[in-house]
Amino acid sequence: MTEYNFNGQNCHGDKIKAKNLNFYYGSFQALRDINLDIPGCAITAIIGPSGCGKSSFLRLLNRMNDLIYGSRIEGTIELDGKNIFDRDVDVVELRKNVGMVFQKPNPFPISIFDNIAFGPKQHGKKSKIELEEIVENSLKQAALWDEVKDKLGQSALALSGGQQQRLCIARVLSVEPEVILMDEPCSALDPMATLKIEDLMRTLAKNYTIIIVTHNMQQAARVSDTTAFFMMEPDRAGSLVEYGSTSEIFTNPKDKRTEDYITGRFG
Amino acid sequence: MTRYFTDKLAKYIVFISGFTAVVILLLIALFILREGLPAFSEIGVFDFIFGNVWRPGIDQYGILSMIVGSIAVTVVSMIMAVPLGIACAILLAEVAPSKVRSILRPAVELLVGIPSVVYGLVGLVLLVPIVSNIGGSGFSILTASIVLMVMVLPTIISISEDSIRAIPASYREGALALGATKWQTIKGVILPAAKSGIGAGVVLGMGRAIGETMAMIMVIGNSIAFPNSLLDAARTLTGNIALEINYATGTHESALFATGVVLFVFILLLNSAATVFLKRGSNAQRLG
Repeated sequence: MTEYNFNGQNCHGDKIKAKNLNFYYGSFQALRDINLDIPGCAITAIIGPSGCGKSSFLRLLNRMNDLIYGSRIEGTIELDGKNIFDRDVDVVELRKNVGMVFQKPNPFPISIFDNIAFGPKQHGKKSKIELEEIVENSLKQAALWDEVKDKLGQSALALSGGQQQRLCIARVLSVEPEVILMDEPCSALDPMATLKIEDLMRTLAKNYTIIIVTHNMQQAARVSDTTAFFMMEPDRAGSLVEYGSTSEIFTNPKDKRTEDYITGRFG
Repeated sequence: MTRYFTDKLAKYIVFISGFTAVVILLLIALFILREGLPAFSEIGVFDFIFGNVWRPGIDQYGILSMIVGSIAVTVVSMIMAVPLGIACAILLAEVAPSKVRSILRPAVELLVGIPSVVYGLVGLVLLVPIVSNIGGSGFSILTASIVLMVMVLPTIISISEDSIRAIPASYREGALALGATKWQTIKGVILPAAKSGIGAGVVLGMGRAIGETMAMIMVIGNSIAFPNSLLDAARTLTGNIALEINYATGTHESALFATGVVLFVFILLLNSAATVFLKRGSNAQRLG
């Protein structure tokens, strides 16, 4: 039995599988032996203390770490069964399929419309009508359309922080990804804006695979379906301590360290 | 007590130093205006600026051909220097590995330090014969423009590079994370974000171009005839002053100062344009 959502993505089973993953910055090992299967069309939260490698892991999933000189990878990450580090993988195409929302909202210093249209344009969509449709759909999906529909020509930098972050989500949606990575997307936002983003994430999870790195444990408990807890080993390499359904991790953690962390004894 | 005293003293010293620069500028402006005023009143502002004939011997003082000469070398040199300079800035800021950059950047900075008479000399010995193969004597607007291009490149390159480097890394990451290629990121996000800084660099380069004197005198031919093509010799406003001030008297001398006034106005306009560019840039960051 296979379930398909509207953009044709396979929502059934595991979307991403990390196998025996090691990651190094030069001689420093940032991640050790990560094995993690991430379910499709669900929200997976990655939690853990600062420096435990959770952001590094996230940035491996769309190969943003390629940009860092001297970084090295062992093991595999499979997206729909295909190793993303294989030589024949087009990294530009990968990043289109695996979008990313950053910690600090980073709209481009151009108009709201052009921010959303930027991605589709780079992928060959030129006609104005098509772009207008994409911009409207993306903004509607990101629950921002009603707030900005009358000022699409204005600079995106004039929006509030929460609106900017939803704009960045809309920008990611505009290139029709299957996976959305979120690197502490609410850490720069106030509680109301955070709530809006969380609602939005729940809606998007019906059609997209979302992976969120967060420092905020309540947020992980509120929005995610599965939770992975990362921690630093004595040599500062990050490793996966425990992984399971969010309710289980938060109510009945198997590992003592997970329990200590979520009850606030350290971190 | 003493701390407050030092504080006040420092404030006054900074104020006085700052105002000195402004006062000097004002004095220069007033001086050339005063010296140039007789020429304006005797010749008439219109005849002076739009007059075609410059013959001090028979009291004909029209500087139109020199205005055209100055504008021509500035425009032609900028047409060559702007794309080259921006490309070089992109190379230095975005493309070149740090090793290449550590050689290129000092080389570009060194270009600024070369005295303009040396540029003129190289132009005279190397470029004039080459251009004369195309046509004319080789002393021409084209030759001068090529020399000028090299001279303004460092200004355009270093200001453009600085403004490209000032673009937050988050823009770059945001574009790459959308699946844009490196070039798409540069063209679609980085250059638009840096455009006000690049614009300011271009305008400052133009300021340098229009004010350049020595190198121009050496390669442009200094003819007072109205230039009809890029291969014709011409004279710039700056060259006109430098060439004749030593033996000029009376109205002739005053007319040279008046040439300085025209030059002053040109540079004032360019600097205002640069300020507008920079201001518009910082506004765009906030409002768009």
